[in-house]
Amino acid sequence: MQDITITIIDREGKEHKVIAPTDMNMNLMEVVRSYELAPEGTIGICGGMAMCASCQCYVESDHELPEMSDDEDAMLAEAFHVKDNSRLGCQIHIHPEMEGLKVELAPEV
Amino acid sequence: MIETDILIIGAGPTGLFTVFEAGLLKLKCHLIDALPQPGGQCSEIYPKKPIYDIPAFPEILAGDLVSNLMKQIEPFQPGFTLGERAETIEKLEDGSFIVTTSKGTKHHAPVVVIAGGLGSFEPRKPPIKSIVDFEDKGVEYIIRDPELYRDKKVVISGGGDSALDWSIFLADVAQSVTLVHRRNEFRGALDSVDKVQELKNLGIITLITPAEVVDIFGNTKVEGVVIRQEGEEITTSCDHFIPLFGLSPKLGPIADWGLEIEKNAIKVDNTLDYQTNIPGIYAIGDVNTYPGKLKLILCGFHEATLMCQSAYQRIFPDKRYVMKYTTVGGVEGFDGSKKEAPKAVVKAID
Repeated sequence: MQDITITIIDREGKEHKVIAPTDMNMNLMEVVRSYELAPEGTIGICGGMAMCASCQCYVESDHELPEMSDDEDAMLAEAFHVKDNSRLGCQIHIHPEMEGLKVELAPEV
Repeated sequence: MIETDILIIGAGPTGLFTVFEAGLLKLKCHLIDALPQPGGQCSEIYPKKPIYDIPAFPEILAGDLVSNLMKQIEPFQPGFTLGERAETIEKLEDGSFIVTTSKGTKHHAPVVVIAGGLGSFEPRKPPIKSIVDFEDKGVEYIIRDPELYRDKKVVISGGGDSALDWSIFLADVAQSVTLVHRRNEFRGALDSVDKVQELKNLGIITLITPAEVVDIFGNTKVEGVVIRQEGEEITTSCDHFIPLFGLSPKLGPIADWGLEIEKNAIKVDNTLDYQTNIPGIYAIGDVNTYPGKLKLILCGFHEATLMCQSAYQRIFPDKRYVMKYTTVGGVEGFDGSKKEAPKAVVKAID
């Protein structure tokens, strides 16, 4: 299974090009954590259940991403710093078609 | 003053299981938790979600795991201080500790165990610059006494159950209630959504959506808020602004206890007993960190078990002890109950 390259802009505005496996059932929040691009305890607090919004990110590229579930939509309705391109990283499962995806992490709250 | 052998901060699965392991060593436990019920995240965030990696449970709901743990520790009669956050710790000359909660409850124990998970659950504060200046001066994140709002003008923001329920409740108490939410849709119990709709139609609740409170103003206390609705800013006068956006965990006051902190977690000695840099204070479960740490409930159980053996030695330095299997030794509760494997009946065969 192929790996894909994703660009992640951290909360300080620094750009990181990282390689993410597509065969490990990983999501975007876990990719960020695996490269330690945000301090532990400030991202993925609920563990990836769309229940805390600590992994909120802004999708900068025009990739077609999995549709938002009700849970994700509900969480984003209550989150802060939300924009039109906001998604929860934990709900974006890494898929070969996401090659070149670019996201920016939302501020910590 | 509450006296106990092991004072556990955090009543999540790891803290609860500590009571069992300590009980086998005849050590009594007391737990403090900021939430009003035991179970930590399992009860507060995901009681209805299944967990698949608890050994010997192919699948168990988080809420059921907590109920089972409560049943398992019942014979050891743990004490609970719930709905109070552990604020300060003081080390006495004899090496024991006094922990005081947010409500002033004092606890005294020779051993303190922090099993605080990701911290205590605190209200999520919207990112409004001046909000901190108005805390307790008209900005409240939790409604403690509804009478505070009698005949006052109140603005509530949020779109979940608690924003809906309090809007309904305060509609009867306050002079006026304005509910502000970023979306037109509300996500709460259907009954509550319908009730808010009805109160809006009757002109009792003012609903402003899709909108956000972006600023607060006032001299010494809240006098009004600025609401941004579809690019336009509206100023509304009010006496109270109540943002209700749920809870999120924060390490909180524990971070100032002089413990070594790394990656938002407490560093412990994992080669021995999960003790922190302060002798007598241990940290187990999601709240600790060490090389190779995994935040799993099953790891918390293991850490609790090892920690209790060390705590026993700390409390009784002169006593010798070896770990006993429950299958062999049974479980003797502090309530006089005794569970043990049935003895084989010796009977001659004719």
